[in-house]
Amino acid sequence: MHIRISHETRYIYDTPPKGVIQTLRLTPRNHDGQYVTHWRIGVSADCRLDRQEDAFGNISHAFTADGPFDELVVTVEGDVETRDTGGLVRDAIERFPPALFLRETPLTTADEAIRTLAQAARAQAPDNDLKVLHALLNSLNETMTFDNNPTQTSTTAAESFALKRGVCQDLTHIFVAAARSINIPARYIGGYYQRNDLIDQDAGHAWAEAYVPDLGWVAFDPTHGVCPTESHIRVAAALDYLGAAPVRGTRYGGGGEALGVTIRIEQAAMQSQN
Amino acid sequence: MSVAFDEMTLPDGSVRPAYSGLKEWLGSLPPDILDLRRREAEVIFRRTGITFAVYGEADAAERLIPFDVLPRIISKMEWETLRRGLEQRVRTINAYIKDIYGRRDILRAGIVPEDLIFQNPVFRPEMNGQKVPHDIYVHVAGIDVVRVDADTFYVLEDNARTPSGVSYMLENREIMMRLFPELFSRHRVAPVEHYADELLATLKSVAPLTSSADPVVVLLSPGIYNSAYYEHSFLADKLGIELVEGRDLLIKGEVVYMRTTEGLKRVDVIYRRIDDDFLDPLAFRPDSALGVPGLMAAYQAGNVTLSNAVGTGIADDKAVYSYMPEITKFYLGEEPILKNVPTWRCREPEHLKYVLDHLDELVVKEVHGSGGYGMPIGPRADKATIATFRAKVKSNPRNFIAQPTLALSTCPTCVDEGIAPRHVDLRPFVLTGSDKIRIVPGGLTRVALQKGSLVVNSSQGGGTKDTWVLDT
Repeated sequence: MHIRISHETRYIYDTPPKGVIQTLRLTPRNHDGQYVTHWRIGVSADCRLDRQEDAFGNISHAFTADGPFDELVVTVEGDVETRDTGGLVRDAIERFPPALFLRETPLTTADEAIRTLAQAARAQAPDNDLKVLHALLNSLNETMTFDNNPTQTSTTAAESFALKRGVCQDLTHIFVAAARSINIPARYIGGYYQRNDLIDQDAGHAWAEAYVPDLGWVAFDPTHGVCPTESHIRVAAALDYLGAAPVRGTRYGGGGEALGVTIRIEQAAMQSQN
Repeated sequence: MSVAFDEMTLPDGSVRPAYSGLKEWLGSLPPDILDLRRREAEVIFRRTGITFAVYGEADAAERLIPFDVLPRIISKMEWETLRRGLEQRVRTINAYIKDIYGRRDILRAGIVPEDLIFQNPVFRPEMNGQKVPHDIYVHVAGIDVVRVDADTFYVLEDNARTPSGVSYMLENREIMMRLFPELFSRHRVAPVEHYADELLATLKSVAPLTSSADPVVVLLSPGIYNSAYYEHSFLADKLGIELVEGRDLLIKGEVVYMRTTEGLKRVDVIYRRIDDDFLDPLAFRPDSALGVPGLMAAYQAGNVTLSNAVGTGIADDKAVYSYMPEITKFYLGEEPILKNVPTWRCREPEHLKYVLDHLDELVVKEVHGSGGYGMPIGPRADKATIATFRAKVKSNPRNFIAQPTLALSTCPTCVDEGIAPRHVDLRPFVLTGSDKIRIVPGGLTRVALQKGSLVVNSSQGGGTKDTWVLDT
């Protein structure tokens, strides 16, 4: 499928800041299931974008911009060719062996309730990690209610699971924490999700990948209860949201900041005419 | 437990040569003079303001670390062995950290278990594949050494993150020279006063290759609420460098600048006394107000040296400690000069069984703990404490190691009842630059002031002594 993405992050300031510094993880890389044909990042302020590869192999851009300015806009535009691989993620950039992804982080620490959830999934197929992960995917999809009110970016897996509510980030954290607690390496993926019913979206998407011996990394989307398909565009992989966050930044001075995110994701024509 | 080795007096009553001058001098002193000097020392310390905040004591935010006026004396020959052992230890640590964040040969060779690294909170994935200037990670190490007999020194603990205590080493020497000039005239004591010059030379030597011929070095402190703030300001002053906090630095285009009254000034080396977690809210804890946003990106771009490097905790973790002899052989192909204390790793079932069966004679330590908290000394612990620890160890074995109770050596110490032997350890400071390794002779001697106590930590009532390495 050919997917076209435009993603705008706009900060509007009541009092202009003296400067802004940000790290962006907004650039997808290729793997077996996706090929990036075109991608560009722009920042409204006058600045240099320094491109780096982070420890997980994600492409990041860092910039510092001198104010004052009333608003700051980060724009991303690109085209990605995707195909359905049944959730298998092959030929992605790997900088660590799977064992690293057993590591707990503050956002993905399994509490008793999450461990119980994981063990219940394990009990359904003691010797088959793939079945265990599918059981986990289904039970999360059933027990959790999608709700963007009660949680924030700093909400932990345990907090969200106790509420039985959360957004894709929270569901992914719970999935990852549960998998790791039963010794299955798992990681957090930040990206985009193309939907036929909704072209203009107000947030990116997140899902998980887990490592299954003999298969490799397999993706699971607990928000939709499916393995990702050609509709998922994978941007960044990390231990949790913090490592894959599209934007991490701060400003010097200024105040009264309003943030607006608009993301347009559409299936493009089979052939572009240019 | 066997009788401890006393560094001054042998069991037959004879005095070891290094201490003969001290012994003679003590015999010639008029009565009460030591007590007088002791009180003078305390007055001086209070006036200079050298204090130490003790965590967990609400009523005593800051207090003096007791200072003992009798020096701890090390002979030239003993120091020579120690020095070679310390150099070897720190060369090992640097080679090991480079490998852990690089090729990971030691994991492939199966010498250190993979999960001990990857699941360790002090391992920093962000450092993976990251080059650091001159391939040196630990520029300032504090290696805690204890002695059990005339010939044997053990490394008790490596401190490869932000080791503190060197200000006491320097202050102790200064005060001793003021109080007892006649005692110095009877000995040839190797100087320590050049530590600040050595540290500055080390830090400048590891500046990024792109920096100017005279690199700008700053000391980054978490601020006045940190227990070691006194040391931060003391060292910055001795080194003649700026003492800064996170808000004094900023990043522009992946370069670090310091705000000064004359505008922005580029910074090449940051001697940071802030933990990894708080260094950069854009890379680590997002709620840290102590760090510098964007610092890691500047570091990754190779534009600044952080001293010590990020992620060096993977070398001084207590669980990793037990592998140090194998790690030394792996990288250097040498036998360790300084011994490791035999260590049982509770993560291994056979070791765990031994530990649980011998809890009353072992020292059990939390793998990630420091400062002597929650660390029962087996033979001295009561039954209830041992039972509590048994349950703790059983519930999470990989969080614990255990070691035999060592009979730490003793040194003569001024206490209420006169001069009596007290247990000591030693923290020498090892500086690793791109040109060479520098070690100021001696280090910080810590002494357990309670009779029979083996806990030398200043947070639990330990004191300090001036440490003399004799030049002849």
